Amino acid sequence: MIFLTVGTQLPFDRMVDVVDAWAAQNDEEVVAQVGPSGRSYKHIINYNFLDPVEFDRYFSSARLVISHAGMGSIINALSSGKPIIIVPRRAELGEHRNDHQIATAKKFAHFPGVRVAWKELEIASLLNYYSTSESKMEFECISKNAPESFIINLKALIG
Amino acid sequence: MKKIKLLAVASAGGHWVQLNRMIPAFEGCQMYWISTEPSLAIKVEYGLFFAVRDASMWNKPGLLLMALQVAWRVLLIRPNVIVTTGAAPGFFAILIGRLLGAKTIWIDSIANANELSLAGRKAERWATHWLTQWPELARENGPHYIGSVL
Repeated sequence: MIFLTVGTQLPFDRMVDVVDAWAAQNDEEVVAQVGPSGRSYKHIINYNFLDPVEFDRYFSSARLVISHAGMGSIINALSSGKPIIIVPRRAELGEHRNDHQIATAKKFAHFPGVRVAWKELEIASLLNYYSTSESKMEFECISKNAPESFIINLKALIG
Repeated sequence: MKKIKLLAVASAGGHWVQLNRMIPAFEGCQMYWISTEPSLAIKVEYGLFFAVRDASMWNKPGLLLMALQVAWRVLLIRPNVIVTTGAAPGFFAILIGRLLGAKTIWIDSIANANELSLAGRKAERWATHWLTQWPELARENGPHYIGSVL
């Protein structure tokens, strides 16, 4: 199962459209959290919102996550060792207020298990890549807490 | 010695996920949590959780209502320390908190890799400790870098 999430604030129909079209040509189940979108999709199971328990359940049982370039999804994928395709929202297309997701995508593009789809074309090709056996590499997941040095420094500030 | 009352504030989503990675730093404190999604309560293992309405900087009436809700909680709790990763609820929490004499710590979201967030820039005035998670954004007079959640 592939899990798609666009975050809770804004829809991201451009990305969901491509995944829906891909799902039409492929057998695998796709579950999608599509945000406040008015659209309904034919080839994926879609929800506007998922509560944290349901979200965690779908996220952890997926073999692959595809997401907007939101930090919550990226961190969740890294700490559960889940491969993730991130698609940055673009301000010029009204997908977000500014382009910080593009900056985020650039910074995280080389983290283990993370791939960025900069164009719609790349979304389908990455989805295809992750369906092949070459992509089944194991990579280490990061811990569920911040690095110890940060914790120690923050504790010192707290007092 | 009395336990430190710590209020941790973050909007639902990435801000909340980052804040939760800091939990070991809150060890030994009496914990209170504020976020914008009521169903997050179930994920809080230690401390009291309160939800406020969600609103962005572009929705003035909703923002005002949220500010009042946050102010009310801070007044009731009277925390010694407030830690927040933003966004708007965290900003209002440190504004009120600072006026009440609390130590306030703003940790700008790791998503802001190129420049500080809007709320983060406004937070300077109200933060005892004004922090960024990217060393290249650190400046002599703040924001400062003490590490990041990843």
